[in-house]
Amino acid sequence: MISTWIWNRLPGNGWVKSVIVVVAIAALVAVLFEVVFPWAAPQLPFQDQTVE
Amino acid sequence: MRESWSRLSRSLDGVTSPHTPPVSPTVAQSRVQTEGPRVLSRVIGIAGELLILIGALIALYVAWQLFYTDVQADREQQQVLDGLSWVQPAGTDNSDQGPVTIPAQYQFRDVAPPVTPPAEHTETFAALFVPRWGDDYARPISEGVERKAVLDKLGIGHYPQSAMPGELGNVAIAGHRTSYGKPFTDVDTLAVGDAVIVQTEGAWYVYRVTDWSIVRPTAIETIAPVPGQLDAEPNGHYITLTTCHPRYSAAQRWVVHGVLDYWAPTGHGIPPEMVEDLS
Repeated sequence: MISTWIWNRLPGNGWVKSVIVVVAIAALVAVLFEVVFPWAAPQLPFQDQTVE
Repeated sequence: MRESWSRLSRSLDGVTSPHTPPVSPTVAQSRVQTEGPRVLSRVIGIAGELLILIGALIALYVAWQLFYTDVQADREQQQVLDGLSWVQPAGTDNSDQGPVTIPAQYQFRDVAPPVTPPAEHTETFAALFVPRWGDDYARPISEGVERKAVLDKLGIGHYPQSAMPGELGNVAIAGHRTSYGKPFTDVDTLAVGDAVIVQTEGAWYVYRVTDWSIVRPTAIETIAPVPGQLDAEPNGHYITLTTCHPRYSAAQRWVVHGVLDYWAPTGHGIPPEMVEDLS
């Protein structure tokens, strides 16, 4: 499994691994919220408010 | 788990490695029978994990769209408003009598209104006040209706080809109905006769709602100089608000039209409509 594979390759004991995972997820969410989603939203046909 | 994992990878190596010692057909056959389901279960497991990841990504996107865009855009739009020294929101008075309202002699109906100079793309040139949406409703109006730079960030956008406030024709503006600070979220509460107030650096423009409609996204005649008539010469001062309909959808547009009631120079108080009790 991918998650098992990653978990086994993280350094340190269980606590260190957990901290690394939490920080990595937080960083990923930050990049998604600030960069990826704002770029993707106008390309998706969900919200438009202008007539053209 | 780890035990079975390494056993699995060992046995997989056995299948692919060219150094595998020759095995008799019967052994090979029995191996294939046991390897098959293992490989299959591994593939299914990874596919399952990927599906969970995609699901989490979509859930994150929805959470971002519904909640976080509001946080971001509200912050941004408040900063833009605070940066405009001439914007006068209601309720910012220190006197006991309430805010000073524009006296009747400064409310001009028969004098042509001053024309707002053209604005650069993304330039914020006006503020919108809609008493029906609360006496604290104040939003910036910026040039352009492009999503990333204007509508998703600055809030209300002004169709570049439409009239500027005070110019003969139709002041057409667009805004989100849901998320991104949702400036037009309460568009369905506007009633005929409601005031829609635009303030620029030099003047107040008080419009009255005349009608509203739900149209196809291609209905450009709604933002024509004379709303509804594509080729007509401009004959009055109109305002048009466009937003999406239904909520959370881009299938149709909710369009509100208004016509200029009066204008007033700034510096004499706020339009009385901004402190009227609408309840």
